[in-house]
Amino acid sequence: MRIEIFYADPGLDGRGGGVSDRLSRALGRDLRARLVDVILSDRPISREVAEEALSDPVVQRVTLDEPAAARIPGWSALVEVAWRPGVTDTLAITAREALEICGGPSESESAALRTARQYLLFGDAGRPEAERAARLLHNPLIQEARILTAGDWAAGLRAPASYPGVSVHDRPDWETFDLASFSDPDLEALSRDRLLALTLPEMRALKEHFGDPRTVEARRAAGLPAGATDVELEMVAQTWSEHCKHKIFNAEISYTETDPAGRPAGPPETIRSLFKTFIRGLTEELAPSKDFLRSVFTDNAGVVQFRPGWALCVKAETHNSPSALDPYGGAITGIVGVNRDILGTGMGAKPIFNTDVLCFAPPDTPEGEVPEGLLHPREVLEGVHKGIVDGGNQSGIPTVAGALLFDESFLGKPLVFCGTGGILPDTVNGKPAWEKTVRPGDLAVMLGGRIGKDGIHGATFSSLALDEGSPASAVQIGDPIIQRRMTDFLLEARDRGLYAGITDNGAGGLSSSLGEMAQSSGGVRIDLDACPLKYPGLSPWEILVSESQERMSLAVPPDRIPEFLDLAARRGVEATVVGEFTGSGNAEIRSGGRTAGLLSLDFLHDGLPPLRLSARWSPAALRSDFLPDREDWTETLYRILAEPNVASKEPWVREFDHEVQGRSIEKPFTGVRRDAPSDGAVLKPRYDDWAGITVTHGICPRLSDHDAGLMAACAVDEAFRAHIALGGDPDRAAALDNFCWPDPVPSPGNPDAERKLAQLVRACRGLADACRTYGLPLVSGKDSMKNDAVAEGRRISVRPTLLVTLAGFVQDVRKVPSTDFPGPGLLVYLLGRTEGALGLSILERVEGARFGSPPGIDPAAALPLYRALAHGISGRLVVSCHDLSDGGLAVAAAECCLGGRVGADLRLDALPGAPDAEPSRLLFSESPSRFLVSVREEDRERFERSFSGLPHRLLGTTTAEARLRFRRADREVLSAGLEDLEGAYKTPIAGRRYP
Amino acid sequence: MSVPVLIACGFGINSDEELAEAFRRAGAEPSRVHLTDLLSEPGMLARFRILAFPGGFSFGDHLGSGVVLANLLRRRLRPEIEAFLADGGLALGICNGFQVLAKTGILTNLGGDWEREITLVHNEKPGYLDDWIRVRVEPECPCVWTRGLSTLDLPVRHGEGRFAARDPGILEELERERLVALRYEGRNPNGSANAIAGVCDRTGRVLGLMPHPEAFLEPENHPDRRRRPPRDTGLAIFRNAVAGA
Repeated sequence: MRIEIFYADPGLDGRGGGVSDRLSRALGRDLRARLVDVILSDRPISREVAEEALSDPVVQRVTLDEPAAARIPGWSALVEVAWRPGVTDTLAITAREALEICGGPSESESAALRTARQYLLFGDAGRPEAERAARLLHNPLIQEARILTAGDWAAGLRAPASYPGVSVHDRPDWETFDLASFSDPDLEALSRDRLLALTLPEMRALKEHFGDPRTVEARRAAGLPAGATDVELEMVAQTWSEHCKHKIFNAEISYTETDPAGRPAGPPETIRSLFKTFIRGLTEELAPSKDFLRSVFTDNAGVVQFRPGWALCVKAETHNSPSALDPYGGAITGIVGVNRDILGTGMGAKPIFNTDVLCFAPPDTPEGEVPEGLLHPREVLEGVHKGIVDGGNQSGIPTVAGALLFDESFLGKPLVFCGTGGILPDTVNGKPAWEKTVRPGDLAVMLGGRIGKDGIHGATFSSLALDEGSPASAVQIGDPIIQRRMTDFLLEARDRGLYAGITDNGAGGLSSSLGEMAQSSGGVRIDLDACPLKYPGLSPWEILVSESQERMSLAVPPDRIPEFLDLAARRGVEATVVGEFTGSGNAEIRSGGRTAGLLSLDFLHDGLPPLRLSARWSPAALRSDFLPDREDWTETLYRILAEPNVASKEPWVREFDHEVQGRSIEKPFTGVRRDAPSDGAVLKPRYDDWAGITVTHGICPRLSDHDAGLMAACAVDEAFRAHIALGGDPDRAAALDNFCWPDPVPSPGNPDAERKLAQLVRACRGLADACRTYGLPLVSGKDSMKNDAVAEGRRISVRPTLLVTLAGFVQDVRKVPSTDFPGPGLLVYLLGRTEGALGLSILERVEGARFGSPPGIDPAAALPLYRALAHGISGRLVVSCHDLSDGGLAVAAAECCLGGRVGADLRLDALPGAPDAEPSRLLFSESPSRFLVSVREEDRERFERSFSGLPHRLLGTTTAEARLRFRRADREVLSAGLEDLEGAYKTPIAGRRYP
Repeated sequence: MSVPVLIACGFGINSDEELAEAFRRAGAEPSRVHLTDLLSEPGMLARFRILAFPGGFSFGDHLGSGVVLANLLRRRLRPEIEAFLADGGLALGICNGFQVLAKTGILTNLGGDWEREITLVHNEKPGYLDDWIRVRVEPECPCVWTRGLSTLDLPVRHGEGRFAARDPGILEELERERLVALRYEGRNPNGSANAIAGVCDRTGRVLGLMPHPEAFLEPENHPDRRRRPPRDTGLAIFRNAVAGA
């Protein structure tokens, strides 16, 4: 039967209002929408039960097998959107529970519950408008939309009474491939056809392994046929995927540099592994002086301990490919996925914050410039944003920091970086909470959601370029509520000592999670017959590699299993024993009561042949146009403030809950009207302690046009200087590295792979050098190396991008400054050296010109300044502090003034580093390692003494007049009223306004 | 003697930890109790003096905020909750907790039979909102929780906080009987009828409110912490309850 629910008073249908705004904006005409929720059940449900369980009787009405649309007059078209079979339908899951509570059909009785949503469109909407609306209201990969116009309705057409479910076949069995008979082209075809994403050398290694007499004998003893089963092929492909094995970061790279004429600029250099050389190597180098490192690069997240009593776990992931296909599902899955990483770190940590750094093509990209098969960046932005709103807010984890970047190179794939921090106690059951040991005999338990076809091949798919044929099954939709229940249960089970080991089920599903845990015990047996499924009909290999969401894998000692399963049942969380950890040295997969796969762990984890790549670097020559020469730069500042990279993100960010859990100190926006940007977040992890943590970011993809090494160093500097600006301890901070690169592996469609790899080498070196100088260890990281899309024969690659996420320590959160000038009459200082270069700045973007090279960076020179500033903040000499980034000094000053609603009268004379530069350079240069601070007049002497010998300059004072002025040699070069600054800064991005 | 407080958790409730901290600082003795444990042993409620429903997304709010949890309470805990309130127990619902109290009918219960009289619907300006607002405490309201307070700065964090009554008569009665405990001052962030941010029942012992006093336990939580820390934090509400329990 069909149950429909709608608001009696359209004025109270807030969701309809939201859809109306969105459609009117996108379609350029006034369209109003009303929403009808549709629930389809194959069992009868009484009116009383439906009204009680499924509606809010105070304001909603319910119809049973009678279209609500017939009761609502005046609509001109109707769009009904339903989930495709097998896609997670969270509303149906809740509705089933709600009905059961109210005496409706119970889970066992109700075989099928489906939901859909109807949009009734009012206004001038015929079929063409309804079709355009439908395109915005659904994603055909995961949903289907039906349109009925008023005319159709008059002719008697109605929405369907039911939707088809997943078609259930008999359970397919596993297949065998006789690899011995496969030629090279056969091997390549097998990899391609089955989406294994393995190269020919890797396929050859597989063939060789399965031909090895020892393998043959072991498999025969286990009752397996000759050759390899699809279960085995898939398990190897998941384990060996770029996503899981980081083949490029572990490749042997031959790196050469040439001069602009193409002549070798030095002898070739061999790098054994970028990861080991630059990333782990750096941290090992710093480790003796960093006593807070607890677990680095080994677990799901890095663990540091700044304070006795608690340890902090941090991790960031990307979810770019899924977000390109289904922005909402991709983002929500990214968030809840990285939350699970934290939940699976050590003995299980409690997530206390999320971060989101999002990179899109500009939302005003003309429709015609978006190739067929790709979504418009505005839609990607809307969908990803909504996914983060739902994923973070519903999970009860505050989204405390992040960034929103716009750059044309993200048209092919957006970059969606999702990070999470969590808290571990010192010990669990008397042992350090960041350690876990799985023993033979421990039971392998799967916890949380069931397994379906969703998310099959996520790990291998993300290791390929996006094209028109990308599989829909690679898309999943997370359900934060199911995960929330699982989280509550897990933390309770942890504190009762009910398990020995835990990890998350992410990319690669059970294959990866149990395969990794098996390394601790020395083996595992997985029984696919025991795995709970959403619906029958999955092949054994699909069960093994499915990435269905909200699942964790645990090792539970046999004597704890009764209590573990009992607690799970009481908390409404599904837990199933799906195998046993062993000491056999093998991963053994059983299906249909017999062995379907047998892989030695040595081969699985170490059998991957190393990749050999070459990298070739030559410096880029950047065009240099004439710098505009203007008397007055006020209008230029307005244009920069209105540029989407600089303009206020407040309408977007206010939809993220940044305060749940009550730990928030420094929030995303600050100042008297809470509308000026902060440099990052400060939280107080413990309610009973004034100690805090900073969370900051650095990301500068534009600089890769010049040199990815500079890009990486500047990203480190940006994150570290924001940490300093927030009152962070210079000696206690740790960082995460997340690389998002265009494919650096050569192929016919990718001719400049060697240059992209050279950029990666330089970025790693730049990262390590800057971190070494700042004493900033890297504790976890991730790479995403295939950020290309091929559409309409065009290859769109992202600019090489490194995100640095920093988590640091603050001794006392009461001393944390914020960015806004607190009042008039304060002295304003610029700290740090200015280099006048304007290449790759925001000024370039608004001028539509290129100004050559960007400013350089000198961390060694910056560090003493950072230490002096940290000292000044902890001594309360500095009353406000804002770091300089996009848009340079002028933008920072505008933001400080806006925050405090005070003016400032500032002079650009004799700035350290650029005493003679033109005003445009002084105002808009994006030289790194600089701050704008305010200081009380009475502290002037003390302040200047503490910065003696370091680059600092008194620019002027804050004023009661609501105006920001800059003068150069007594001539006014910029004079902006606060209201005009505010107007420019609050230029809507993608049409969204606040409040 | 310390005041025992039952703080519900589980099923997507999120703000139970900071709510427990709020009661602890106010001198009470909070216990976070998973709803599945309360349902299996409803008699335990009699051991507490305060029952609190924190914010969050119970059951995902997929069917409208608080609806499913409200039905669970109506169907499975009603006698115990009625006895608890008849015995003078205090009850609090914050954000999702307020939505739950409204949708059970515990608030505002003018008819005395848990009939649903009020609700909270999607914000007038669509979407979730996290921002700080100012609320005025109504001086003539009999609410025990807000006694003696005047204005408070508090964060709101919701997508469904727009107060609506079943009919105009209910709204009039609430106003006439002074049951509006808190009203948005200046900006009404969600389009609530009569700018209502919180209401109590006739006893003054049950309060539901959309803003989050438990997220403002010290001046440093305030977004303008460096300039003008307000006189009262959200803690004042919990102190009142402990004094009145």
